[in-house]
Amino acid sequence: MRELVGHSLTMTDRDIRRLVRQPWWIVVSLIQPVVWLLLFGPLFKNIANIPGFKAPSYIQFLTPGVIVMTAFFSGGWNGMATIDDVNRGVVDRLLVSPLHRSAFFVGHVLQTSVTITIQAAIIILLAYAMGAHYANGALGVLVLFVTAVLLGGALNAFSNGLALIFRREETLIATLNVFMLPLTFLSTAFMQKNMIPHWIQVAARYNPLNWAVVASREAITPGTDWNSVGTHLGLLALLLIVSMAFAMSTVRIYQRSI
Amino acid sequence: MSRERLNGNAIEIESLVKVYKGAVRALDGIDLVIPAGSVFGLLGPNGAGKTTAVKIATTLALPTSGSVRVAGFDVVHQAAQVRNAIGVVGQNSGVDVNLNGRENLRLQGLIRSIHGRELKQRVNELLEQFGLADAAKRITRNYSGGMQRRLDIATALVHRPQVLFLDEPTTGLDPEVRTEMWQEIERLTHEEGLTILLTTHYLEEADQLAAKLAILDNGKVVATGSPEELKAELEGDTIHVELRADAEDGAIRAALEPIKGIRQLDHDVKCLRARVEHGATAVPIVLQALEAKGLAVDSVSVSRPSLDDVYMRYTGREFARADEEGARKQNPAQEEKR
Repeated sequence: MRELVGHSLTMTDRDIRRLVRQPWWIVVSLIQPVVWLLLFGPLFKNIANIPGFKAPSYIQFLTPGVIVMTAFFSGGWNGMATIDDVNRGVVDRLLVSPLHRSAFFVGHVLQTSVTITIQAAIIILLAYAMGAHYANGALGVLVLFVTAVLLGGALNAFSNGLALIFRREETLIATLNVFMLPLTFLSTAFMQKNMIPHWIQVAARYNPLNWAVVASREAITPGTDWNSVGTHLGLLALLLIVSMAFAMSTVRIYQRSI
Repeated sequence: MSRERLNGNAIEIESLVKVYKGAVRALDGIDLVIPAGSVFGLLGPNGAGKTTAVKIATTLALPTSGSVRVAGFDVVHQAAQVRNAIGVVGQNSGVDVNLNGRENLRLQGLIRSIHGRELKQRVNELLEQFGLADAAKRITRNYSGGMQRRLDIATALVHRPQVLFLDEPTTGLDPEVRTEMWQEIERLTHEEGLTILLTTHYLEEADQLAAKLAILDNGKVVATGSPEELKAELEGDTIHVELRADAEDGAIRAALEPIKGIRQLDHDVKCLRARVEHGATAVPIVLQALEAKGLAVDSVSVSRPSLDDVYMRYTGREFARADEEGARKQNPAQEEKR
């Protein structure tokens, strides 16, 4: 166990160093969530005036959606770096070392968690400046972070597992595009549940991204239904575990195919 | 932490078979015993199965059947022990180009649970030894090919392995850097008593470095022995002839086949190579036979047997030609695999 922790932190450290040396990547990943907020906020602003829309302002409604979406994409694209590692022989070098197999993935998940936490913090502050209110104070905000990290972490492990199976950037990009964007819109991230078509409501129920949106939004809205928050956080934790198990199983697939 | 010297056999390979999806038989029943403490060369053209053998012996790929023991441990059932005992330099570098030289070495040390002062000392030692001390803080993306290769080997040595695998360590390097690399590899065996398994498709490299070697062809071991032993098995000399113009189909064979004493003949339209018992006596006879058929000769030379001749004897093909064929076959396969 101590070894697993040590190895995971070693990998996280390496992943973070690698990110820090790509300043352009940092700029993009920090600016992107801000763009979502500044773009969608004004674009859909008048939705708040529709009778029956419960949130006091659209920015209030949108903030959890943007955080979740950002975490979703941050985690999801992480497999691209792993494909680079495969092609350069870095993965092979790690696999013939005594590195804990899970540490490889845990390291990536932890690195994504750091990135997502910073991104979420920026969004939370900016949204606050734009008029969003966070009910339940620090606890509500904490739920925002935890939800984002659980979802982003799950996507990260899934994406890294796919990377070991595909080992080709084009295939990974295509696959991720096919499901990531639709899942973003098959949810209540941008629109209140009773204002979207019934079939999307049904689809949203099974959509992990929507679980995260529901948990986050509930946690910062007055009159929080903590049962719902707990259930959805539980589902996300489960998803992270399943994703991790999937990722671990791809190591064998990779080893069989090379 | 010091290296325990291995006694006996460093690597034992038994009836090793690897079949890839699509029924490509990369290894077709290999048996090899590699003694500790020397450089063992796996020589073969592109696509012979060298890299596959290394991947299995280093616990990276799984065998279809058969067994491999490295440093006394089974690569499938005792992978963890094997991983502690080996250092691996793959064909792809394995250096993390986003980290600097020191960070790359530290990473390998930390994975192997070497920490603190011990790690620092070992890293400095290796940087010094491989002439990378001045470049330690430079991002390795900006290293030259030779520097990256040196760092590659250094990172494989952080934990003082007993067996070092070098998969085509000089492919893609300038001739000058290649010679440097050879000296480094020789030093490692002499001074550090490492067992090195080296794969190569350069005959010269195997000849120079390997105390013993195995020649691989189409997933099979076709010959083993020291380079000298293998060459000594081929009694006689080799005659190389270059023609002035391309010969017609069958003309060369028609000219030379009647000559007694030609043991083996290999040719294309312009060049031919024949193995004979005694070069000096055979040359005039061969030249005469060629001229008689109207094949003008541009140059002729006689040489003692080389590894190339050894290879030809066991496979019936010239090494360079097999290598090219292998590369051609391999590339579409690789594309498919993806």
